[in-house]
Amino acid sequence: MTGAHAAALKTNARPAPALELSGIHKHFGAFHALKNIELTVNRGEFVCFLGPSGCGKTTLLRIIAGLEIQTSGTILQAGRDISRLPPADRDYGIVFQSYALFPNLTIAENVAYGLVNRRVSRVDITTRVNELLKLVGLPDSGGKFPSQLSGGQQQRIALARAIATSPGLLLLDEPLSALDALERVRLRQEIRSLQQRLGITTIMVTHDQEEALSMADRIVVMNHGVIEQVGTPMEIYREPASPFVVDFVGKANVLEGLVTATGKLKLGDHTLDCAQCTETGRSVRTYLRPEDIVARPIEAGDANVIDAAIEKVEFLGSYCLVRVTATGFPSALTVYLSLNFLSEQALEVGSRLKLKILTERLRMFGA
Amino acid sequence: MNPARGPHSLALPPAAVTTQRVHWTDRIGHLALLLIALALVVFLAAPLTAILTQSVEGKDGAFVGLDNFITYAQTPALKQSVWNSLWVSAVVTVIAVPAAFVFAYALTRSCMPFKGLFRTITLTPLLAPSLLSAISFIYWFGNQGVLKDAMHSLGVASIYGAPGIIVSEIFSVFPHALMILVTALSLADARLYEAANAMGTSSSRKFFTITLPGAKYGLISAAMVTFTLVMTDFGIPKVIGGNFNVLATDIFKLVIGQQDFQRGAVVGLILLAPALLTFFVNRSVQRKQTSMLTARAVPYSPSPSRGYDAVMTMYCILVALLMFAVLGMAIFASFVKFWPYDLSMSLRHYVFGLVDGEVGDAFINSLKLASGTAVLGTGIVFVGAYLIEKTRGMQAVRPLIQLLALTPMAVPGLVLGLGYIFFFNYPGNPLNGLYHTLTLLVMCTIVHFYTTGHLTAVTALKALDAEFESVSASLKVPFFKTFWRVTLPICTPALLDIARYFFINAMTTISAVVFLYSPETKVAAIAILNLDEAGDIGPAAAMAVLIAAGSTVATLLFMVLGWLVNRHTQAWRRPAAS
Repeated sequence: MTGAHAAALKTNARPAPALELSGIHKHFGAFHALKNIELTVNRGEFVCFLGPSGCGKTTLLRIIAGLEIQTSGTILQAGRDISRLPPADRDYGIVFQSYALFPNLTIAENVAYGLVNRRVSRVDITTRVNELLKLVGLPDSGGKFPSQLSGGQQQRIALARAIATSPGLLLLDEPLSALDALERVRLRQEIRSLQQRLGITTIMVTHDQEEALSMADRIVVMNHGVIEQVGTPMEIYREPASPFVVDFVGKANVLEGLVTATGKLKLGDHTLDCAQCTETGRSVRTYLRPEDIVARPIEAGDANVIDAAIEKVEFLGSYCLVRVTATGFPSALTVYLSLNFLSEQALEVGSRLKLKILTERLRMFGA
Repeated sequence: MNPARGPHSLALPPAAVTTQRVHWTDRIGHLALLLIALALVVFLAAPLTAILTQSVEGKDGAFVGLDNFITYAQTPALKQSVWNSLWVSAVVTVIAVPAAFVFAYALTRSCMPFKGLFRTITLTPLLAPSLLSAISFIYWFGNQGVLKDAMHSLGVASIYGAPGIIVSEIFSVFPHALMILVTALSLADARLYEAANAMGTSSSRKFFTITLPGAKYGLISAAMVTFTLVMTDFGIPKVIGGNFNVLATDIFKLVIGQQDFQRGAVVGLILLAPALLTFFVNRSVQRKQTSMLTARAVPYSPSPSRGYDAVMTMYCILVALLMFAVLGMAIFASFVKFWPYDLSMSLRHYVFGLVDGEVGDAFINSLKLASGTAVLGTGIVFVGAYLIEKTRGMQAVRPLIQLLALTPMAVPGLVLGLGYIFFFNYPGNPLNGLYHTLTLLVMCTIVHFYTTGHLTAVTALKALDAEFESVSASLKVPFFKTFWRVTLPICTPALLDIARYFFINAMTTISAVVFLYSPETKVAAIAILNLDEAGDIGPAAAMAVLIAAGSTVATLLFMVLGWLVNRHTQAWRRPAAS
């Protein structure tokens, strides 16, 4: 037995990942849309491709679907090389932003569209369609036409159509962006629980960080055709790997600082205690989330407390986005303060207050 | 880590680019694409190339460079024709475009009553061959015309020649200019007028600062199209031109009369020039026109104004009456027993002139040609547009098809027909057997009117979700099944539009087929020319009326068909009953 054979047997012992992308490049003429994408998606996982428009996330999804062809690189689906296969020979269901329901076919005919071609009996098709319509919460809509449903309902039907043939992979291309805000929030939880119930490996493209954070098992943050970071939503938010990720996911205050000694970070005139500051003499750009600057609880004798004055209050509902200036700080800071706190303390523009900086949450990148 | 594989490396595309395997169902699409490309090459590119080669060959087939052009330029009679064609076309443009503009303005920017009726009346000339107006004007102002003396008192000695060509052409190009201008004037953004009103702008200032600039491109386009239509029209100058020579009649005399293919090719190329210019100006104009109107624009709706609406109505009634006078005279004269001596009604011209003269067969041929063109043409055009718009692969062939699909718009029928003679009449051509057959007439007519059909199909297809095909592929449904179940049913209204367009144009066209018929395949529009030439103007009028009647019946049938089909295939467009 050859070594290669033995290795193959060894990997067979454990099921291959749902999807393995390696060395994916995509060129559109002189434009390098995707650069050396390496990614593994596990079985049953919900992965979000998150990034600004033009970052290559949709291109990557279309390459996985075979709707675009990568310039180079390989794609394995459940261990099978699908790099060169046409879409019809791959195993996936897809939902587009536009729903792409066939307008002249009824809802039932739309959902059954892929089943009809598989020599499934008429009775089985009807049973399966009813089951799917129930699954997406629209059990009685089979006889209607797509134009008679709302956008959210149409997207549920598109989802039912995509999973009708029980594909091994579900691809969602910005499925929620065409919906209004309320419907979007409702549907994202529905999609997520459906995905968990079916255990179907899912990749969703989105530019909406909130969507990605609330739905995904893992997020792939992309920018300029490169993967910036892969991680769980909490990792992406709390431990962003690059300035781009901090900026793109959540809000952050950016402050220029200098590590003056081990455990000491100088920001303007202030020197803060900071356990992760180890390289003395290094100038750093620090990123600080608004919620990591807190107004309470602050005990007497707490370190890293600053005096600040309120410059501007932006009312957002239960929370307010408050801009404060602290004497001796390199720039103004943005913090979240609850509406109740502001009214209890009778704080308004011009008021002074104490704020504590949670320095263990600081992220630093070389300036 | 190998630096070349780092995520930020500026790697160049590798030499071996990954290619996708082709699914067997997609190969069917590729084959169809190739067939369409082949058909367009054989029936369009090759004939046009034949004109180019003829124009630089001597009678013995040897290459003579530009000798034919030089000889042509030294022939005073032919130079006179160039000048005649140019000035007549210019005069028609200067009169017809402003007249059509006012009419279009009344239709789009006034609260005049009966707009639909006015619009229908002014589009009727499209249902008959253009030379119907020439026949009618002969009855009005010809040697035995009703109003000959009135014309003389205006200082016009004879209708035969430039005066006749000009009035007949104005009548026949009017609907073409009108359609373009109505489209241009409908594209108005009400917000601009509201803003102007808010600033207290006078009506005339609004017209010159908003309306006219907005319709600028439409006006340019209408003028170019009118000029080219007149320049390349053959029927009208043939019937009413008398001894007044223009390029379009020269080409016929040179090729059919004198069998001088080389000089015919030279004239053909000269006629191609304004058509090509029009084509390119139109393309750039259309791009600018559409970009002027954003998706957020609010459609303009006129508000009533009694005096102004009354003036507009009067003008439109006047134009409609003139249209009736022209159309009505042809119909009247076709039933008159013996013009101008016995004005009693009879079917003499229809019975003796057409049926006994065996020209009735020509009408049957016309119906065959029109049906063949409508069925085959709609099929080819729609499948071609579908394959271009909605399928993948065969990237090398696609630009060729796109170019060839747009080319017919830039080629006058007369030039296309000339190319067909040169190419299909060439003894060495294996397709020589097609010459003089109805099949070739059908193919020529399809190609002649290809572009409009193609653009209609493309517009309908572009309105469909671009992801239908992707979804089908992901569901493992072959593209042709989705084409049949989804694309085709949704596009049936567009298909009927294309079929009707082909049918009507095949009924009325003369220019391309005039070179290609044999006695057995002569069509009705050509029969009019022959009858007129033989002095049988009564039967000629009868034939023209018969064509117009046939086109009208066909239009009505298409409307009924459209209604039936819509009920069947477009149910999904209606809101829910419950």
